[in-house]
Amino acid sequence: MIYLTRKVEFSAAHYYHNPDWSPQENQRVFGKCSNLNGHGHNYTLEVTVAGEVDAVTGFVIDLKQLKDILSREVLDDFDHRHLNKEVPEFAFRIPTTENIAVAIWERLQSHLHPAKLHRVRLYEQPDLFVDYYGE
Amino acid sequence: MKVYLTRRYLFAASHRLHNPALGEAANRETYGKCDNPHGHGHNYFLEVTVSGPIAPATGMVCDLGALDAAVAREILDRFDHQNLNQLQDFVTIIPTTENLAIRVQQILSQVDLPAHLESIRIEETANNSFEYAGAHPPPR
Repeated sequence: MIYLTRKVEFSAAHYYHNPDWSPQENQRVFGKCSNLNGHGHNYTLEVTVAGEVDAVTGFVIDLKQLKDILSREVLDDFDHRHLNKEVPEFAFRIPTTENIAVAIWERLQSHLHPAKLHRVRLYEQPDLFVDYYGE
Repeated sequence: MKVYLTRRYLFAASHRLHNPALGEAANRETYGKCDNPHGHGHNYFLEVTVSGPIAPATGMVCDLGALDAAVAREILDRFDHQNLNQLQDFVTIIPTTENLAIRVQQILSQVDLPAHLESIRIEETANNSFEYAGAHPPPR
């Protein structure tokens, strides 16, 4: 089994808000992330796929194909967008780094055949990242 | 659903790698310039990885402020701008980054964190890093 990781970046806006809570409660829990005008990050996404090396090509997955999948399934919808307002997964789910990583896993996992999606690592900023293994 | 969250922290400290049971020559050979009697220092980057389900109300694995506060109280306040050799933690243990990583994991595993502690990782320099997940880490 070989693991291959591809890194891409996207920039997006978001805010954290639970509509079931008062403004005070949102402020208490989410702090400055609760500003309803939004704020943004440069996200770094690392997608790791696992598989066997193809005897003919020597590839686990065609990197160009992986790049196209990442662009089509994730970047085209997420890059330079407002996650709360423009990405359907976050119409009713708070776009925390945790939830974004899970949403990216769900978008990618059926497209990587014959490799398998192993890990989604999403950096919100250099000192904070989330890993999701689909468990 | 289990999500792993990693937060990165910085502390600066000095140390000297020296085993009094070994002679001068053996210390020199084993530890090289790290055996300098006056010590030397590093900017240590500490990564703390916790895990858990995503709380539906917050979308989060844990309250980051609470994690930061716990790591600051238990680790950064203890080690930042200190000479590691002078601390109780390293009276009988050589403060290599291996031993520092084990000590940090031990301390954090014994305190209340807002999510389950999975592992810690310390970068001594940009080229050396050490990871510890306890004596019996689950596979990942």
